[in-house]
Amino acid sequence: CIQAVNQTHSQRTHPRLVYFQVVIWRSVASIAWSVLLLPVTSAVFVLLSRFSLFHPIQWISECTSLLTASSTIFSLVVLCGVVLITGLFNLEFYTLVPSIPCSRMALLGTVLHPRQCVHSLVYCTMGMLVMWCASVTIGGRYSTLGIPCRQSESGEVVTCLNEYHLFLLLAGAFMGYSHSFLGVVQNMYYVSFQPIQQYKYPRFKGCLPMVVKCSVIQSLYSARNFAALYFFFGKIFINLCITLQLYSSLQPLDSLTGLLDFSLLYHLSISGTFLYFTWYLTVLLFRIYVTEAYSFPVQSTFTEDAEQCLPKVLAETNTLVMKFLALQDLALLSQHSLSRRLEVFSLSQPGGHPHNWNAISRECMSLLSELTQRLLAHQDAVASNGRVKSHPVLPLDVSETPRLSVPLRTPGSVFTSSVGGMHSALTAPFTPDVDSPFSSPAIRRLVGQQEPRSPWFGTVQSPHIMRRGPKLWSASTDSSRFTVIPLHGLETPVNSCSCHTLNCSAQVKSFLAKRVLIVYLFNKLPEASSQALFADSQAHIWALQGLSHLVAASFSEDQFGVVQTTLPSILSCLVVLLEAVDRHFKLPHASSKPVRTVCSMGDSTYKTLRFALRAALKTAIYKITTTFGEHLNAVNISTEHRKRLQQFLEFKE
Amino acid sequence: MCSLGVFPAPVTAAQTLFERNNELLSALHPGEHSQACDLPSPQFTRDTLKGHSRPESSSRSVFLDQRDTLWMRSAGAWRDAGLYGLLDEITNSAEEVPRFLAVGSACVLALLRWASSFHGSLFPHLTLSSDEMVAEFSQMLDWSDSALRSFAWHPHTDKFAVALLDDSIKIYKSNSSPTPTLKHRCQRSVCALQWKPLCGSALAVACQSCLLIWHVDPASLSTRPSSGCAQVLSHPGHSPITSIAWSPTGSLLVSASPVDTSMMVWDVAAESAVPLQRVGGGGVTYLSWSPDGSRLLAATPSALFRVWETRMWTCERWPCLKGSCQSACWSPDGGCLLLSMQGERVIYALTFSDLTGINNTYSSPVTACQLLLILKGFSSLSALLNISVGGEVCSLSWDPRGERLAVLLKGRADNHPSVIAVFKTRSSPVFELLPCGFVMGEAGAEPRFMQFHPHFQHGALLTVCWSDGRISHVPFYFSSAGLLGGDSPQQALASNTTNPSSNKLYTEQIS
Repeated sequence: CIQAVNQTHSQRTHPRLVYFQVVIWRSVASIAWSVLLLPVTSAVFVLLSRFSLFHPIQWISECTSLLTASSTIFSLVVLCGVVLITGLFNLEFYTLVPSIPCSRMALLGTVLHPRQCVHSLVYCTMGMLVMWCASVTIGGRYSTLGIPCRQSESGEVVTCLNEYHLFLLLAGAFMGYSHSFLGVVQNMYYVSFQPIQQYKYPRFKGCLPMVVKCSVIQSLYSARNFAALYFFFGKIFINLCITLQLYSSLQPLDSLTGLLDFSLLYHLSISGTFLYFTWYLTVLLFRIYVTEAYSFPVQSTFTEDAEQCLPKVLAETNTLVMKFLALQDLALLSQHSLSRRLEVFSLSQPGGHPHNWNAISRECMSLLSELTQRLLAHQDAVASNGRVKSHPVLPLDVSETPRLSVPLRTPGSVFTSSVGGMHSALTAPFTPDVDSPFSSPAIRRLVGQQEPRSPWFGTVQSPHIMRRGPKLWSASTDSSRFTVIPLHGLETPVNSCSCHTLNCSAQVKSFLAKRVLIVYLFNKLPEASSQALFADSQAHIWALQGLSHLVAASFSEDQFGVVQTTLPSILSCLVVLLEAVDRHFKLPHASSKPVRTVCSMGDSTYKTLRFALRAALKTAIYKITTTFGEHLNAVNISTEHRKRLQQFLEFKE
Repeated sequence: MCSLGVFPAPVTAAQTLFERNNELLSALHPGEHSQACDLPSPQFTRDTLKGHSRPESSSRSVFLDQRDTLWMRSAGAWRDAGLYGLLDEITNSAEEVPRFLAVGSACVLALLRWASSFHGSLFPHLTLSSDEMVAEFSQMLDWSDSALRSFAWHPHTDKFAVALLDDSIKIYKSNSSPTPTLKHRCQRSVCALQWKPLCGSALAVACQSCLLIWHVDPASLSTRPSSGCAQVLSHPGHSPITSIAWSPTGSLLVSASPVDTSMMVWDVAAESAVPLQRVGGGGVTYLSWSPDGSRLLAATPSALFRVWETRMWTCERWPCLKGSCQSACWSPDGGCLLLSMQGERVIYALTFSDLTGINNTYSSPVTACQLLLILKGFSSLSALLNISVGGEVCSLSWDPRGERLAVLLKGRADNHPSVIAVFKTRSSPVFELLPCGFVMGEAGAEPRFMQFHPHFQHGALLTVCWSDGRISHVPFYFSSAGLLGGDSPQQALASNTTNPSSNKLYTEQIS
C-alpha cells in the first residue's frame, strides 16, 4: 500500500504542472468573472428591491444614491467574500463522474456525511451573510436586528427584536441549507460536457436565461417552504432571541396575517433570487471554464514537453479532469483537424515506430475493454430475474484484466450488494466502496486514482475486513433488532395459545411494518445500478468517436499503414463491447427512460449516458464499416465477429 | 440570363422514363419500353387517405353548449389556450366577475394583442396559424393539399420513408418486404423527414408539436411498430418544427421552427438540447447540413440567412437582397452552396474558400455570393398542348456525384404547370451548367418534391413526388467523369468570381 502511495506521488510531479496551468487557472478565471459580475447583479437587485411603480423619479434617485453609499460598498466586499468561498467550494467539490446512490439509505448517508455537514454549515452561514447584505440594502424596516422601542407599561426605551430582519436572516440560512442539500440530491457539482463546442461568451449568454429562470423558481420554492416552516417553528427562534434580552413588540410574523404580507414575500423572493443567482452564476461560470476544450500537442520536439503531449495525458491516471480533456481533444482532432491527424499517423523520426498511434489506440482500447469487463461483471452479478446471486463476484477482475492501472475507477456501488452475499444487502450502502459516503468525493475526482491512499484500498474484496468498515446501527446484520418490539396493547385476557398466535402475528405484522421502512430505505433504486455503471461513459463516448474517426480517416490519410496493424483488435474490441452493451440493455430497468427533470441547476445528463454510449458505439462501428466496406473481409477477425460486422455492412442493426 | 427555351423540349408531353446517351427518353418515345428499376413506386390518392380529424378546438361546435361555473371555464380556457384564453374568458364573462377584474383583464388582453400585432408586423409569418406555417415553409410544394407530405431516402440503403396526408409514415424497401406503417399520437402535420446517417434504423420526423425519432428495426417483420419505438423530443416554444438536419456523422440533430429564434442542437440519445439563439430573422425555417459536416445553412423567414460553421458554432449573417431563402443545396464536397430566393427566378451560389475547414474558418470563409444563373423566360413545351413553363425557383437538388442539378420551377394557374428542369453540372476544369431537359410526369401531374437517391450505382436517380400522389424514379444513366477531386470545383468557382466574363455558362454562349 505504501509503495502504491509512493508511486502515485512520484507520478504526480510532472502532469501536476499541466493540471495547474489548465484547471486551477481556469477556475481562478471563473471566480474572477463571477466577482466582476457581482456589482451588476447587485445593481439589478437594488433596482428591483426598491421598486416603486408610482414614484419612478424618486426610485431612480434613491437607487443611484444607494449604489454609491458606503454600506453598499461594504456589502459588496462581503458578497465578494461569499463568491470567493463559493468558487473554492466548486473547485473542491466538483466531479466529472457523478456519485449515484444505489439506495435511499446511501443518499441519506451522503447527506449526513461530515464533509457534507461542513458544506451545509458553510452555505448556511453564507446564506445568512448574503441575506444580511440584502436586508441592509433593502433598508427600511429590514435594516437592523434590534430596533429601539418604548415599553408599554414603564415607558422606557429598550431594544426590541426586529422580526423582519430575523426572518430574512433565517430565510438565508434555510436557503443555504436547501442549496447544499439539493446539491447532493441533484448532483449540482457534476460537471457535464456539452455535445457541441461553443465559445465561452455565447455559451454564457445562452445559459443565462436558464440560470435566471432556475434561480427564480428555486427561490419561490424555498420562500414557500420557509414561510411554512416559520409559521410552525418561528416561535422557537423568537423565544431564543428574547432570552438574549431582545423584546418583541411588533406584530408577530409567525401568524397567517403576518406572513401574508405582500411586500415581505416580495422582498423574500427577490433576495432569495439574488442569493441563488449569485451561487448559480458561479457554478455556471465554473462549468463553462472547466469544460472548455483544451488543445494538447500530439507530439513535441522537446523531451521536457513530452509530459504535456496527448498520448501522455491520455494515459494520465491521477487527474481525471485532464484525462477527460485529453479524450475530448482526441475526439475533436479526429473529426476536425487534418494536420493533427497526420501527426497521429506519423512515425517516430529515429526508429520509425508509430508511437503516437500506438499509445492513443492502446489507451482508448483499454478504456473500452475496461467498460466491457465492468458490464460483464455486472451481468454475472445480477441474475436474470434481477435478484442478487448468493455467491460473491469479485470486482477485482475488472481492474486486473486490461491493465492494472485502469484510470477510471469502477463505480463500485454496483457490486457491493454482491460482495458479502445475501445478508449484506442491508450493509450495502455502507460498504467501503468508492461511492459510499465514507470515502470523500473530493478524493475521487481530481485526484482520481487515490483509492490506494484511502484506508480501504485492497480490502474491497474480502468480506471479513469489510465488516470492520464504518458501521451504523443498521450494519449489525442480525435481525434481532427488529424482532424485539414492545407489544403494548396486546395483553388481552385470552388463553395462552391464542395469545401466542396473536403475539406471533402481531410480531410478524409489526416486523413487516418496520420492514416497509427498511425496505424503503434499503431497496435498490431501479436504474440506479445501470446509471452507476455508465457514470463515466462520457470518456468512453469520446474514445469511441476518436477511434472511429481516426480509423475512418486512416483509409485515405494514413500513409504508412500504421492503423491497419491494430484494425483487427479495434474491431473485435468494439464488437465485444457491443455484445456486452446489448446484453446489458436486456436487464430489467436498463432500458427504461429516466424522468425528465424540470428546470433545475443540477445536471442530469448522466442519467442518459448509457443510451448515448450505445448510440455512439453503433455509430462508431458504422463509421468504420461504411468507410472500409468490402475491404473488411480482408481483416483478420473471428467468424462470429465478422458475422456481426456483416450485419453492419448491410445496415441491419 | 438564360432562357428556358434552350432546353431541349420533349417531343411529347408523356412521362419521362430515364436519361440515356444524354437524352431524356419518355414513355412514348419510339422504340423504347419502360425500363423498370426495381424500386417501389407507390401511389397514394387523396380519397383513400383520410385526413386527420379536425382540431380539438373546433370539435366544441358539435356539442351542446353547457354553462359551467366560472372557475371551470377559466381552468378550461387556461388549459386550452393559455393566458390569452384565460383573459378572454374573464373579459367575456364580465357580469360574473368583479368589475375591476374584468376591466383589468380586458386592458391586459388589449396590451398583449397590441404587442403581438407589433411583433407580427415585424415578422409577418408569426400571424399564421400552425398549419399554415408548416404549409408555407415546407419543402413540399402545396403541402396542405397534397396526399404526400414528405419524403426521405435512407442515406445508405435502398429504402425510403413517405409521410402521408393521414399523418402516417410508410417505409418502402427495394425488395418486396413488408412496408411498416408508423403512427403516433404526437405525429401531426409532418413537415420533414430525415434518416439518421450511419445508422440502419433511426428516422427523425418533424411534427407540429414535437420531434419524433423512430427506431424501426430493419430486421423486424412487423408492419406496425408500436409507438414505444419512438422517442419524443420537445422543447417549450419550439413548435411547429419545419426543418430538421442530421449531422453527416449522425451524432447531432438540429431542428428549427419559424416561431423560435433559436435552433436546437439535439443529442438525441441523451435527449438533451443546446439552443443556439440568434434573434434576427424571427425564426428558422430551413436547415441544410453540408455533406462534409463542416457547415450548416439556416434560413430565416426574413430576408436573411446564416451559415454556421459547426466546429465552434459561430455564424455568418447573409442579408439577402429581397425575399427569404427558399431552398438550398450543397455541392457534394461542401465547397459550394446553391440558394434560391423566394419570388426570384435566380439561383445564387456561395463558395467557401477553405474546404478542409481546419484553421481559419472563423475569419472569412466565404469569398462571394455570386449570381449563378437567371432562369428567365418561358419555354413553350408543346405547341399542341399549349402549355408553357418557367417561374420562381422553389426547390433545388444536387445529385451526390455532383453531375446533375434538378431545379423545381413553380407554376401558376392554368396551362402553366410546375416543372423540373435538370442541368448537367461539371466542376472541372471549370464549373459548368448545361441544360439536360425537363422531367415530365403523367398527363396532368405536377411535381411537388424531388430528391436524388444518395447512392445510385449507374449515375443519378431522381425521385419525384407528383401531385397525383405517385412517387416515381427517373434514372439518369451516365458514366461518371470521375469522383470529384478535392478542390477543383472551388477553384473553378473562384475563377468564376474573379473573372465573370470568362464564365462559360451555356447561356452566355447563346446570348
